[in-house]
Amino acid sequence: MVRMKNQIQSIAEKYSNDRTRLMDIFWDIQDLHGYIPHKALRVLEESLDISTADLRETLSFYHFFHESPSGKFNIYLNKDVASQLKGHEAIYAAFETECNCKFGSVCMDGTFGLFETPCIGLSDQEPAALINLVPFTNLTPQKVKDIVAALRAGKELAALVEQYGYGDGANQQIKTMVCSNIRQLGPVFGEKISTGEGLAQSLKSTPEQVIEEVKTAGLRGRGGAGFGTGMKWSFCRAAKGSTKYVVCNADEGEPGTFKDRIVMTEYPEQLFEGMAIAGYAIGAQQGILYLRAEYKYMQDYLEGKLKDLRAKNILGQNVLGKSGFNFDIRIQFGAGAYVCGEESALIESMEGKRGTPRVKPPFPVEVGYLGCPTVINNVETLAALPYILKNGGSWYKGFGTEKTPGTKLLSVSGDCEKPGVYEIEFGMTVREFLAMVGAKDAYAVQVSGPSGECINAQQSLDRKLCHEDLSAGGSMIIFNKDRDLLKYMRYFMTFFVEESCGICVPCRAGNIVMRNNLDKIRAGHANQEDLDNIFAWGQIVADTSRCGLGATSRNPIVSSFKNFPDLYKKLLDEKTNPLYDASFNLEASVEDFDRALKEQNQIGRNVHA
Amino acid sequence: MAEQTASNKPVVATISLAGCFGCHMSLLDIDDRIVQFIDLFELNKSPVNDIKKFTKRAHVGLVEGGCCNDENVKVLRYFRENCDVLVSVGACAGNGGLPALRNKMPLQECLVEAYLDAPTAELGKAIIPYDEELPKLLDRVYPCHEVVKIDYYMPGCPPSAEVFWDTLTSVIKGQGFDLPVELIKYD
Repeated sequence: MVRMKNQIQSIAEKYSNDRTRLMDIFWDIQDLHGYIPHKALRVLEESLDISTADLRETLSFYHFFHESPSGKFNIYLNKDVASQLKGHEAIYAAFETECNCKFGSVCMDGTFGLFETPCIGLSDQEPAALINLVPFTNLTPQKVKDIVAALRAGKELAALVEQYGYGDGANQQIKTMVCSNIRQLGPVFGEKISTGEGLAQSLKSTPEQVIEEVKTAGLRGRGGAGFGTGMKWSFCRAAKGSTKYVVCNADEGEPGTFKDRIVMTEYPEQLFEGMAIAGYAIGAQQGILYLRAEYKYMQDYLEGKLKDLRAKNILGQNVLGKSGFNFDIRIQFGAGAYVCGEESALIESMEGKRGTPRVKPPFPVEVGYLGCPTVINNVETLAALPYILKNGGSWYKGFGTEKTPGTKLLSVSGDCEKPGVYEIEFGMTVREFLAMVGAKDAYAVQVSGPSGECINAQQSLDRKLCHEDLSAGGSMIIFNKDRDLLKYMRYFMTFFVEESCGICVPCRAGNIVMRNNLDKIRAGHANQEDLDNIFAWGQIVADTSRCGLGATSRNPIVSSFKNFPDLYKKLLDEKTNPLYDASFNLEASVEDFDRALKEQNQIGRNVHA
Repeated sequence: MAEQTASNKPVVATISLAGCFGCHMSLLDIDDRIVQFIDLFELNKSPVNDIKKFTKRAHVGLVEGGCCNDENVKVLRYFRENCDVLVSVGACAGNGGLPALRNKMPLQECLVEAYLDAPTAELGKAIIPYDEELPKLLDRVYPCHEVVKIDYYMPGCPPSAEVFWDTLTSVIKGQGFDLPVELIKYD
């Protein structure tokens, strides 16, 4: 106990007993003990001067933190749509059989813990799982059997990663099975650029000129919302305060998205250089990369890159000889929460709290991290900057469409011949897209993940991927004709149910109502009124939620209904007495009671006896 | 529509299922307006006047409480068959409310805890009570709209007397009314 106390105290001291570094403190404790023991909270209570209740508030929010002893090997199997399309069920069963325990529990001898997790950013190589956060891709039941047997036999986890990526653009340094799968590069990321070129060009100009250049380029946020990057920067530059921050949002959690994974493994220099450019533009000295825990396997690699950049004076004091411009970057890990991709929730998380989105305004550009003006940009946005600053804003504006200039990285998965990452120019039609990825019998495409739109592929062939038509955030999941589309829409609704932070009641409760009504439809028990009810609830949730999660959570149902109305209408029950709810079965609902009587009351001992 | 009564007053019926009668108390909290109530409405089946069976079709039925047993279901269906407009009143009718706390655990565990392992249970003699006269518990507590079609909801635990009064008087005027902001404000 004394030993543990000392350990916890020294972890807290490592972070200067700073409660805003709670995420790092929890990760260190979990790395040491395999979970975060209650006793550790007692120690932290003193060291950080906050209550156990406050500690647990943060701890319980993130699904990668364990409050009770977990397995020696914790296996997180991706349950998302991309995995389901590639045989998730068989892998799920294989893990349960081989580990001899059920998902959601730890096996008897404590060797394996089995858990499910939403999209882990490997949709192009599913089924995939993280074992102690090390990715294992393209799983088969046989591979599962071999992996579990080897671990049981005492083999090192790292030794099981036999093959390091492959194919074009596979990065050998990172030592992971994950392959980059870059299928096509465009005019931006396809250009050879030497590290520091864009930054050096920026430093020749004033920060205001840099912002103007980015405005000229027409660069818009690549996380999905598409806010003007230059405008965001100018707000932050104008905001009062001497300390400002640049945050890179690398919490890529939208199901089906993995393009940031490729940027971080193939273009880390450009990303970090882009952060430095942003820092110079807004007047910040500190950059933070908020990296999702699913990408913890990149930690050593990215830390190494940061070290190289410091050695080249692209980071550090008087960057590239520019007197007075100091800039450095640290990596902050999340711990499994989709909503932390929302920028204000991300800030809360970086401050060691639950990922609850803030009420806006004020926006982060004015009151952000630690109350200071903060610019939060997506990985892809930042990584494009060195190219833009090197070649000029008007060069970049020459690509794409009038209203959505530039290029976009698409993460393509599902039913197609060539899943992977593609750099396209905005304005590409769905027809061109489907031909490019080899989707011959595409039925539906989930564009921009569940918060985006489920389009009818054949009816949308001439629609264009750009903000003025079909907004493309990055995720493209393709479904062919044999797929039960509503099953996947149902998964997406469950995803929102699980990932809602719960602060807004309509989102916390309304998503469940919508999901349950969809179940009713699928079971053939719903009538038109139930369907209308979904849309009514969807409207309430969208209108009354703080953040984008609630604003878009109805989209899987609303967009699939809009584009595939027959899928729903053929399931509606218009025969049963409309005064009664067809899903309620009185006989079935008293079965539990009858069973309890039978099992608990011995024969002849009921009241009549 | 219900057949018009001799007095031509709208007919109202009320019931408490798996609730606490708090909503009914709140209804009675309209104070002296109870006199107006009698002038404006005819009360049919209700615990207030102890009419057990509908003697005529009602225009409006107010349902307090959700369904925790088979009798609740039968009564709720009986209401649905006999009311033109059915209103789900309060948190229990609308969401299951407090009784639905048991929904998180299997019914059998609840029964064992309540009747067999209870500190007051007589050792070796305790049983889960059963008689054909006793209702059977459902596997979980259901809000009313999961059992029958519900036309309107009155949120609140309980809805205030004002909400009851406004609801009923708007019904006879044949018009809607706005819910007070406090009832629908979440943030």
